Amino acid sequence: MRVVLAKPGLDGHDRGVKVVAMALRDAGAEVIYLGLRQTPGQIVAAAQAEDADVIGISVLSGVHIPLARQIREAQQAAGVDDIPLVVGGTIPDQDVPALTGLGVRAVYGVGTPIGDVVAGVMAAGGSVPDGRAQ
Amino acid sequence: MITTDSGIPVDPWYGPPEEPGPALGHPGEPPYTRGPYASMYRERLWTMRQYAGFGSAEDTNERFRYLLGQGQTALSVAFDLPTQLGYDSSHELASNEVGRVGVAIDTADDMAAVFDGLPLEDLSVNFTINATAPIILAFYIVAAERQGADPARLAGTLQNDILKEFLARKLYVFPPQPSLQLAGDVVEYCARELPRFNPISITGYHAREAGCDAVQEIGLTMAAAIAYAEHFTARGLAFDSFAPRLSFHFSSQLDLFEEAAKVRAARALWHEIATKRFGATHPHSGRLRFFSGCSGATLTAQQPLNNVVRSTLQCLAAVLGGAQSIHVMGYDEALEIPTEESVRLALRTQQIIAHESGVTRTVDPLAGSYFVESLTSELQTRAQALVQEVDDGGGYVHLLEQGVPQRWIAEAAYRTELAVQSGERVKVGVNQFTGGGEDRPPRLFEVDSAAGDGQRARLASRLATRDPAPAARALAQVREAVTAGANTMPAFLDAARAGCTVGEISGVLRAEFGEHREPAPW
Repeated sequence: MRVVLAKPGLDGHDRGVKVVAMALRDAGAEVIYLGLRQTPGQIVAAAQAEDADVIGISVLSGVHIPLARQIREAQQAAGVDDIPLVVGGTIPDQDVPALTGLGVRAVYGVGTPIGDVVAGVMAAGGSVPDGRAQ
Repeated sequence: MITTDSGIPVDPWYGPPEEPGPALGHPGEPPYTRGPYASMYRERLWTMRQYAGFGSAEDTNERFRYLLGQGQTALSVAFDLPTQLGYDSSHELASNEVGRVGVAIDTADDMAAVFDGLPLEDLSVNFTINATAPIILAFYIVAAERQGADPARLAGTLQNDILKEFLARKLYVFPPQPSLQLAGDVVEYCARELPRFNPISITGYHAREAGCDAVQEIGLTMAAAIAYAEHFTARGLAFDSFAPRLSFHFSSQLDLFEEAAKVRAARALWHEIATKRFGATHPHSGRLRFFSGCSGATLTAQQPLNNVVRSTLQCLAAVLGGAQSIHVMGYDEALEIPTEESVRLALRTQQIIAHESGVTRTVDPLAGSYFVESLTSELQTRAQALVQEVDDGGGYVHLLEQGVPQRWIAEAAYRTELAVQSGERVKVGVNQFTGGGEDRPPRLFEVDSAAGDGQRARLASRLATRDPAPAARALAQVREAVTAGANTMPAFLDAARAGCTVGEISGVLRAEFGEHREPAPW
C-alpha cells in the first residue's frame, strides 16, 4: 500500500499533512511525502513513478476545488485516473459535493478524527489499516 | 501524572519554593519578568489589532475602516500567498490564489489604495510579510510619501522573521543566508530612517500553531533571536543599536496559567540572553515586548460557537502575561476567513476583557502565586536547556537547514493528535460532549471569485501605462545592490517609485539568490 502525499498550490500549512503521513506510516502504509508547492503535473508524475495506490493532497488556503480539478485533469491526461485522489484541509461541508463530482474519492475536513482519515485512505488504496491487502 | 499542556508535572498544591527562584524585580525593571513597563495597562491598554486582508486593496481598505470604526486601535495586514512568495497576480502559480488569504499587492499603487484615506502618520500598522518583507516595506514607505507623511514618524511592525518560515510557516523563497541578509538590510535601514518602526517580529507563534509545546515555543524563539543578533552584529551593527526595536510574537493557547507564565519566562530569558550573551548596556535592549496571537490551531470546526469561549481564555492569558498587542481569532476561522460579524465579536472579546473584567487594574496580577512563579521558573529553565541544545547542535540556522527543529514540531503535533484520538486530551464538542445542536457556523465568508481577474486587469493596465525606462533602470539597480552586497532597501524604494512589481523585484532576487527547497522530513 503506497500513498503519495503532497501540498499543491502555494499554501505552507503542513502540520496536517505530516500528521496524516505519520499516522499512515504507523498503520503500515508506505508514504511518499512530496512536500510543498507541488504542481498538479509533479504530483501525478510522482504518483506514476511511485506506483501509488492513493494520492492525497492537503489544502488550507481555500483553493481546493480548482486544485483538485487540475489534478484530476492531469491524472486523466496521464491515463492514471484510476488512482484514487483524497483531499484534506479547511474544506467547508458545502464544497464536498463539488469535489466528489470531480472524482475525488474522499474529503477530510477540519475535525476529522485521524483514525477515520487512516481507515479511509487505506480503504481507498485497497488495504485495511494493519497493512493486510484486501 | 497531571501535567501542563507542555508536560510540566503539576503538584496538588503549591507553597513557598524550597529554594528561592530568580529575582523577579518590579514591572518595567530588569529582568522584566513582570512586564516591560511600570504602569502597563493602567496607563495604556494593549493595542487591539485584528489581522485582516482579502481580495483587492479596496476590499481590504473597507474592512480596515470598519475595524477602526468599531474601536480597533491599529491595523494588521494579511497578504495573499502570491504577494508573500514574490509572484505577480498574473503568474501561472498564482492563478487560484490571488486575494484569497489576504490582499493582493502587485505594486506600490496597490499599497497606496489599501491605505487610501487612512492617515499613516497616526496609525500603527503590522505587516505579516517575510520573504518579500523589504519590498513590501518599500511599497509602504512610498504609499506614505504620497500621503505627504514623514517616514520617520511611521509606527508599526514588519514581521520580517524569515527563519520561522523555514521552521514552521513555510513561506520562504530564497535560501537561509541571503534571506538573513535581506532581513538585516531592513533592520539596518529602519534603525537609521524609521526609528519608531519595529523592523522584525521574532516569532514563536507559528511553531506553536504547527504543533510544538510552550517550552519549545520559547526556546526556538530565543534560538532565532540569537541567530538574528549574531547575524546583525556580524555585519557591523552594534547590539544596542537594534535590540531595543526587536519585537516578539507568541501564541496564546488554552492552558491559562502556563500561557501567562510562558511570556513571563520569555521576558526573563531574553533579558538574560541580551545582557549575558550580547553584553547589552542599553536598558531597553533586554526588554522583551510582544504581540500575542490567539490560536487558530486550537479552534474546532465542530460546534464553532465554543471557539468564542476558547478565544476569551486565550486573550485573558495574553493579558495576564502582559502582551503589548493582541489578535483574537474569529470563531469561524477553522473553516474560512472570518465574517465581519465574527471579527466584531473577536474585537468585542478584547474590549470586554479590557473594560469590564477588571484585570487591567494592577500590573502582573499573577505575580507571587506559588504555582505561577513555579511554572515561570520551570519554563525558563526548560527553554534555556533547549537553547543550549541548539547551540550544541551547531546553531539554529544550521539545524534549520538540516530540518531538525521542523521534525521536533511535527513529532509534537503527532503526539497531540494521538492524545486527542485516545481521548487523553479532551476537545469539547470533538471527542467529548458531541451531539445536541447546531454543528456549523450560520454563515461563512464568501470570497469574491472575480478578485483575481480584477487584480490581473489592474496590473496589466499599470504595466501598460508606466514609463518603462525608469522601471528597467530600477531593476538593474536592485541587481547591482545585491551583487555588490550593499543594503538593498534604497534600490527597492526606487523600484517601488518606478512602478516595479513584487514579481519583477523578486524575480531579480530569485535569479541572484536561487530558491530554497526544504529537506525531506523523513
